[in-house]
Amino acid sequence: MRESMEFDVVIVGAGPSGLSAACRLMQLASENAYELTVCVVEKGSEVGAHVLSGAVVEPRALEELFPDWQDRGAPLTVPVKEDQLFMLRNATKAIKLPNMLVPKTMHNQGNYVASVGNLSRWLAEQAEQLGVEIFPGFAAAEVLYHEDGSVKGVATGDMGVAADGSQKDSYMPGMELHAKYTLFAEGCRGHLGKQLYQRFDLSKNADAQHYAIGIKELWDIDPTLHDPGRVIHGSGWPLDNDASGGFFLYHTDNNQVVVGLIVDLNYANPYLSPFDEFQRLKHHPVLKQYLTGGKRVAYGARAIAKGGLNALPEMTFPGGLLIGCEAGTLNFAKIKGTHTAMKSGMIAAETVFASLKEGDQGGQVLADFNVAFKGSWLYSELYQSRNFGPALHKFGTYLGGAFNVLDQNILGGKLPVTLRDLKEDYAQMRPAAEFSPISYPKPDGVISFDKLSSVFLSNTNHEEDQLCHLTLKDPDIPLTVNLPVYAEPAQRYCPAGVYEVIEDADGPRFQINGQNCVHCKTCDIKDPSQNIVWVSPEGGGGPNYPNM
Amino acid sequence: MKVLVTVKRVIDYNVKVRVKPDNSDVDLANVKMALNPFCEIAVEEAVRLKESGKVSEVVVASIGPKACQEQIRTALALGADRGIHIDTPDMPESLVVAKLLAKVVEAEAPDLVVMGKQSIDGDNNQTGQMLAALLGRPQATFASVVNLEEGKAVVTREVDGGLQTLSLMLPAIVTTDLRLNEPRYASLPNIMKAKKKPLDVTTPESLGVEMTVHTRVLSVEPPAERSGGIQVKSVDELIDKLKNEAKVI
Amino acid sequence: MAILILTEHDNQSLKSATLNAVTAAEQIGGEIHLLVAGFNCGAVAEQAAQVNGVSRVILADNQAYQNGLAENVSALMVELAGDYSHLLAASTSHGKNCMPRVAALLNVAQISDICGVESADTFRRPIYAGNAIATVQALDEVKVITVRGTAFDPALGSGASATIDSITSVHLSEAVQFVNEELAESERPELTAANTVVSGGRGLGNGENFGLLESLADKLGAAVGASRAAVDAGFVPNDMQVGQTGKIVAPNLYIAVGISGAIQHLAGMKDSKVIVAINKDEDAPIFQIADYGLVADLFEAVPELTQKL
Repeated sequence: MRESMEFDVVIVGAGPSGLSAACRLMQLASENAYELTVCVVEKGSEVGAHVLSGAVVEPRALEELFPDWQDRGAPLTVPVKEDQLFMLRNATKAIKLPNMLVPKTMHNQGNYVASVGNLSRWLAEQAEQLGVEIFPGFAAAEVLYHEDGSVKGVATGDMGVAADGSQKDSYMPGMELHAKYTLFAEGCRGHLGKQLYQRFDLSKNADAQHYAIGIKELWDIDPTLHDPGRVIHGSGWPLDNDASGGFFLYHTDNNQVVVGLIVDLNYANPYLSPFDEFQRLKHHPVLKQYLTGGKRVAYGARAIAKGGLNALPEMTFPGGLLIGCEAGTLNFAKIKGTHTAMKSGMIAAETVFASLKEGDQGGQVLADFNVAFKGSWLYSELYQSRNFGPALHKFGTYLGGAFNVLDQNILGGKLPVTLRDLKEDYAQMRPAAEFSPISYPKPDGVISFDKLSSVFLSNTNHEEDQLCHLTLKDPDIPLTVNLPVYAEPAQRYCPAGVYEVIEDADGPRFQINGQNCVHCKTCDIKDPSQNIVWVSPEGGGGPNYPNM
Repeated sequence: MKVLVTVKRVIDYNVKVRVKPDNSDVDLANVKMALNPFCEIAVEEAVRLKESGKVSEVVVASIGPKACQEQIRTALALGADRGIHIDTPDMPESLVVAKLLAKVVEAEAPDLVVMGKQSIDGDNNQTGQMLAALLGRPQATFASVVNLEEGKAVVTREVDGGLQTLSLMLPAIVTTDLRLNEPRYASLPNIMKAKKKPLDVTTPESLGVEMTVHTRVLSVEPPAERSGGIQVKSVDELIDKLKNEAKVI
Repeated sequence: MAILILTEHDNQSLKSATLNAVTAAEQIGGEIHLLVAGFNCGAVAEQAAQVNGVSRVILADNQAYQNGLAENVSALMVELAGDYSHLLAASTSHGKNCMPRVAALLNVAQISDICGVESADTFRRPIYAGNAIATVQALDEVKVITVRGTAFDPALGSGASATIDSITSVHLSEAVQFVNEELAESERPELTAANTVVSGGRGLGNGENFGLLESLADKLGAAVGASRAAVDAGFVPNDMQVGQTGKIVAPNLYIAVGISGAIQHLAGMKDSKVIVAINKDEDAPIFQIADYGLVADLFEAVPELTQKL
């Protein structure tokens, strides 16, 4: 029998949406002189350890949550000074787009270059001061249900379980956390969220969710090249043939820049390697000009839920809600998900609090959430930008981009057409026989690097002797299906070198290096056979992203 | 019996260390901090002694700015009973740490002091030994087995080339090595209970210890990059180089 | 200036770590004296007197010092300290055990594990597990220092004929007793303490082929290690793993066979004094940090190396 603890609200994930929900709940409790117990569980070793984002943050939600955020020292200290947008023609040439041709949603005046990891850490401090219990190092591994099928809470994973499933000396069984309402804020493709989607058929009225992988590095650069607040976005080479996506390079403080590439995961070519595309991208003069003479400090990757409004599931179910990227609140037109995630958390908090205050004992479907959501700026924003992603998918980068300029700048998103994008990303992959392997340039060890050196800089670590958390529904599929049909693309779409096909004397062997995993969830999304199911490893494992 | 354990707040061992561009120090800004792994082993050993019935109280002490209370709370969550935070603006040198701890020992009169053999930032491996000397008490460093008996501690130590066992009359100081034990996980209920356990704060002034400075760090640099050496063409050439040039065989 | 070095020995013979400490002392400058504290250790004193650069040996031959108990040895050193500007020991478990007591009793700092001498009062030492090097100035009158052996060449074991002065000073703590000692008797040294390590990677192909490395290790008196890839492939057990998540080693000689040199492996052996790489892939990253690289088929090169040594 597992022990249990009771709370009014349990929140899974200490990212912007989870922590905003936690803060808002306690603010309301305080304003109403109401006693509330709220706990947040986080699988990372500390708050922010698994948070990775570009990012340029719009302060709108933060302003609402903490109007005095500046006095409180929120780490939004680098205002955006300048936006630049480039179309990379090839490895050496680029066109800089004049502002007029940049979709309005990508104008960043009033926004800040920030680390969402640091923002999360700051939100956690505010939350703790408000009385929220935050437990880093504990992975929510299981959803708990009442007999009537409503969500009862979550259970943290057992700790101290060996690779063969036996109990080590340090064995500690997981803990049940019971709550009237559980908010799931695991971010894009949360593993518990995936189960909830299935169980409550939450996507039945939504288009398929669409994803991208974001790969990011933090660099120390030559101070003479540094211009804090300069925000650069671009698209084109090297992705124009096989995939859509775009890059970013933001000058933050401390003589550092963040640089990254976002590759849509609906690509068809199984030989594509987002990691290698990113590494070669950095050699383009538009980016290399800043990185020359610099030193790479950190590396990481995370999948992004970018389907927007059309792919938003039903966010409420008996006893719980999905918030933030767990649901898919990211505004792809702005390529910003932080303020939208925060707002969704705040709306959830307000809904939950109002219901609890009325004497709700939990387990209900909080329909008021949908009402509040529809009436919020969050909804308007998502509605306005609903066609952005689908346009790019449907029409490709150039025409799609043109569509978006028309739609966003001139029509303000009010085009009376909603583009639908129904095919799942994993189903877009075509057999390897239809393509040739891509010959990526070798990393030069100065601007570009190999995968293992990169994973090294994610500070990722997992307890060695534990069950492998990359589970396969069918252990044979990688070699019997994925390898012959798709040349086992896991070797390439994983940005951490988790998956390898090794030629042994007696044939190929599929090896899973779970230790390297950076918890990006790309494998769970992109496996053409949908055979890989990512589950949470022992709490505390995974990346330890600094300032990411 | 009472055991005093010390813990230090250090950079998390998973984090890649970066030297500041001005070479003044390692960059610790926004870097993940944690309980020094050897100190964690010390806490675990003390808690196990308590669970075995030989020890009735485990007191944990830490020295540093306010943030190190986080590590004291972790130790309390792992099973320590009471915490002492000696508040200093930064981390003092080992000798000063030993002097501060000597004052705590005078006040608390523990039978055994268990400390990590070294912290993974300074890697000095001095403080336990210095404390023992200041107190005029025996020490057993790099412990891999600790047995408490009436009035004494029998400790097996890891030394170059093998193991050595010593018998120390209490009070004594033990420093832990990696293989002493495997620390437990802190459970959620214990983490919550730890917040209510007593944590007293004091200062060097109150303890009557002067924060003297005996060393000055002039610069901190990244280690010299190893560059590629030479290609040898044959095994014979390799042997020749190793024998006559590198002189390692 | 005069320097007193605590000699590392087993009552029969002087250990080489002392010779590295002598070199460090020479770089600091001044007269060099060796303290031999032990029991029935006259032979050690004779050897110590021959070490090049040493002008005086102080012999304290008494049962109190038989097992090198820190309480006794440190008290002895403190008694002698007044004549010296520097007190040194090799950074062995013995030196690490004793010297901080000496420092505390003299109310001075200790500079641990130095890897370089800048001047008589300024030293370099590794911090953060060798991921940074600090240059530290010692401000006290007397400098207490431990010396990292692999960072200094050994002084010549002969060439001097220093005086040997016996002293009768006995420091015996009642509070500590030596019980017993178990020195590792296995043919192969322990991985983290070995002077030489031979490591195998995925290129070995299977566990049986590690036998090739064992033969080489036997010839060299070396420990055998492995890369993560070899462990994950099931060739060898994981207590042989050298690397970021395995053991960190810093031997005099590290021979990497069939190891590509991923950064995670390098993290475990980059402080080796000399690195040799044998790999048939000339692009393997390990060649970028190996002092001596041999592009060859390990199945030919390793047996040849074993046979010719």
